[in-house]
Amino acid sequence: MIASLIQLLTGMAEASSLFLVAAGLTVIFGVTRVVNFAHGSLFMLGAYIGWSILSRMPRDPEYFALGVILAGLATAAIGAALEMTLLRRIYRAPELLQLLATFGVVLMVQDATLHLWGPEDLTLPRGRWLRSAVVILGERFPLYDLILIALGPIVLAIIWMIFTRTRWGTLVRAATQDRDMVSALGVDQRRLFTSVFAMGSGLAGMAGALALPEASANLQMDLTAITDAFVVVVIGGLGSISGAYLAALLIGILQAVGIIWLPKSTLVLVFVVMAAVLIVRPNGLRGRKLTAARGEADTIASIKPASPSLKLAALATLAIAIAAPFVIGPFALSVLTEMAIAILFAASLHVMMGPGGMASFGHAAWFGIGAYAAALPVKLLTVSMPIALLIAPIAAGMVALAVGALVVRLNGVTLAMLTLAFAQIVWAVAFQWSDVTGGDNGILGVWPPSWAGPQAMYFLALSLCAGGALLLRKMLYAPWGFALRASRDSTQRAEAIGLDTQRLRLTAFTLAGSAAGLAGGLAAFTKGSVFPTTISIGHSVDALVMVLLGGVQTMAGPIIGAIVYTGLFDALLLATDLWRFVLGAAIVAIVLIVPQGIAGLAKR
Amino acid sequence: MSILEVQGLTKSFGGVAAVRGVSFTVEPGEMLALIGPNGAGKSTCFNMLGGQLPPDSGQVLLQGQNITFLPPRHICRLGVGRTFQITQIFASMSVRENVQTALLSHHRQSWKLWRAADTHHITEAEALLYKVGLATQAARPSAELAYGDLKRLELAIALAGQPRLLLMDEPTAGVAPAERAGLMDLVANLAREGQMAVLFTEHDMEIVFSCADRILVMDHGSLIAEGNATSIRANPQVQAVYLGTAA
Repeated sequence: MIASLIQLLTGMAEASSLFLVAAGLTVIFGVTRVVNFAHGSLFMLGAYIGWSILSRMPRDPEYFALGVILAGLATAAIGAALEMTLLRRIYRAPELLQLLATFGVVLMVQDATLHLWGPEDLTLPRGRWLRSAVVILGERFPLYDLILIALGPIVLAIIWMIFTRTRWGTLVRAATQDRDMVSALGVDQRRLFTSVFAMGSGLAGMAGALALPEASANLQMDLTAITDAFVVVVIGGLGSISGAYLAALLIGILQAVGIIWLPKSTLVLVFVVMAAVLIVRPNGLRGRKLTAARGEADTIASIKPASPSLKLAALATLAIAIAAPFVIGPFALSVLTEMAIAILFAASLHVMMGPGGMASFGHAAWFGIGAYAAALPVKLLTVSMPIALLIAPIAAGMVALAVGALVVRLNGVTLAMLTLAFAQIVWAVAFQWSDVTGGDNGILGVWPPSWAGPQAMYFLALSLCAGGALLLRKMLYAPWGFALRASRDSTQRAEAIGLDTQRLRLTAFTLAGSAAGLAGGLAAFTKGSVFPTTISIGHSVDALVMVLLGGVQTMAGPIIGAIVYTGLFDALLLATDLWRFVLGAAIVAIVLIVPQGIAGLAKR
Repeated sequence: MSILEVQGLTKSFGGVAAVRGVSFTVEPGEMLALIGPNGAGKSTCFNMLGGQLPPDSGQVLLQGQNITFLPPRHICRLGVGRTFQITQIFASMSVRENVQTALLSHHRQSWKLWRAADTHHITEAEALLYKVGLATQAARPSAELAYGDLKRLELAIALAGQPRLLLMDEPTAGVAPAERAGLMDLVANLAREGQMAVLFTEHDMEIVFSCADRILVMDHGSLIAEGNATSIRANPQVQAVYLGTAA
């Protein structure tokens, strides 16, 4: 009883930290409708800036508070600059492109932070008051946690006051409902948006600084923070601040209590709860169905079959791909193999995202399931490679069918978040179920049989992946693909001509999962190993970037995207220490200059 | 037998009764107009006929078969086509591909995985486009069409299913006044040729009085009058609804 009360309090402290990050994200989303991936980066910057300030100051509570506020202000300024230079230019772009651009910022900030503060985790020397504890029911409970517990509701109340009692807050709420109307009433939208962004960023920065006493400033905290914040915001309902607080409480307490009951499954638990909430309440606990942000570019580019010149280019690429292994060295060959696999990985995501209209942030799940489904039978049952490569797509496809049956009726950001949630569950299973999966150490020695050397494996990967991608393309131009596209263009019209839109979406979901699973199986054999990182958010984002980079509206898009992204990635890795920065900048530049992707550029 | 028989259809949203106990029939080959002021419950009524909304009570019979709670796609398969108040087409496709997609669904070929979709039913698609006056636009991206042409395209899509009953929710809304009569004459001719019944809602009274064989008038969720153009024009209750009363 006492132990669980303490756990409850710990959970509430955790909830406050979660809320601070999530509040900023949800406020920004509500008004600008931008899902800001870089919010985690602002949190991280807040922590690093906070460290730089606090480690130079006396260790008294009043200086701590001052330092946190200064860190918040600094992050707010960075956020405002980010809004004015980048986001302002992409408000009318499709939401996935906005996401892609902010992900570019994530990469840039990672490298900038590494460059400025170095690779070591930075811990704050803690003053005496930070180490003190209060005795609650005979148990020692950290004073700082009590402060955090109070801080959540206080910040919630302050935000609520600002939003209901000030003119600025009223305008922000009005803009959340209908930003064109607010603009028509003569309000300067640009200043409103910049100030909202600054406020949200400031909250993230303060949260980062407040996290210092209990953790360190480190380079992984951006992605951890953004995932947690996404979960909280989505469970609470996009744009709802009180919802964010409720969700933060739910998640915080769940994590703290779950650690007692199910010590090995806390990661899974959070995402299972998120999935459950979204299936029951697709708009989150306190969210309302979003009114479309009016004026958004919602035109859907028409899709035309490949032009003769594109076909010629494809043939030439294929010819080069076939001839290449005879002239290049082993490293280049491994890069080419990686490219071939990336093509199928990206093409499968494209089927879902493009013609299927279902955005996914967790496509690596299927890739990972395929990889493990190929590797495990080899290790445990000494199954041969061809059979393992058959198991991979079947296993991934079957799981996709089961998951898809639950989620394909959802749309947009909610669906994207659920796929992310599912990928995190798969990742957690791979990571925590170490008896079978080897945990963090992965599964090693998944080598192909002796007849299949690197060259043979390359040709196998090329034929299966290029063949798979072509087959997907063929299906998209067949009646099934048209029916799928019809379901995306207008569900109402598609149903009115007799199409079963849910089933069409489910088949696309399953097919995409299965194809990604095959790519994963091939990856296991060409690398000789499988690690949980195959299922990481980073890997899902890789696929997303490839598709969006190439352009989501053509089948050539993901293929070009896969080749360019893999090539760019490997070239940068070799050429510079600052590869993340350059890659991030390249992504941002591409979104700003060619929002239709590279394939779209070629079409113009 | 009537094509459609609607019995005591009722629907409330929260405490607001949008449609209360509406009953009527649609006969083969007839142009039946459903009119009434804004908020009378016409669109709600329509959406219950097409399966987009479940009614609270009452039933809808299609040639004797109960279709009340069937999903839209099943109702379509039974021979009911429809157009929407705000046109719904497949914006990523060309004009002809829109119709081909509908034809593929009608011929139950939507699950074929190999032969390219745009090589199916070309002549049938072009014949339909010719009927609605879009023959010259077949190859254009449908997203580029003018609004009046979108309405025509939506009509062609609905006709691809060879409906026995066509439901049209405000078919001329947003169409230039000069084009309205042409569009509705076209529908009326198709109805007479093919013995297809058409039930439509409409705000343009000129269109209603010239095209409809029979007119139903709704107000505050109930049917208040039924008859031909002359009797509806002379009906004092209808006049009161449209022109207001001294009381």
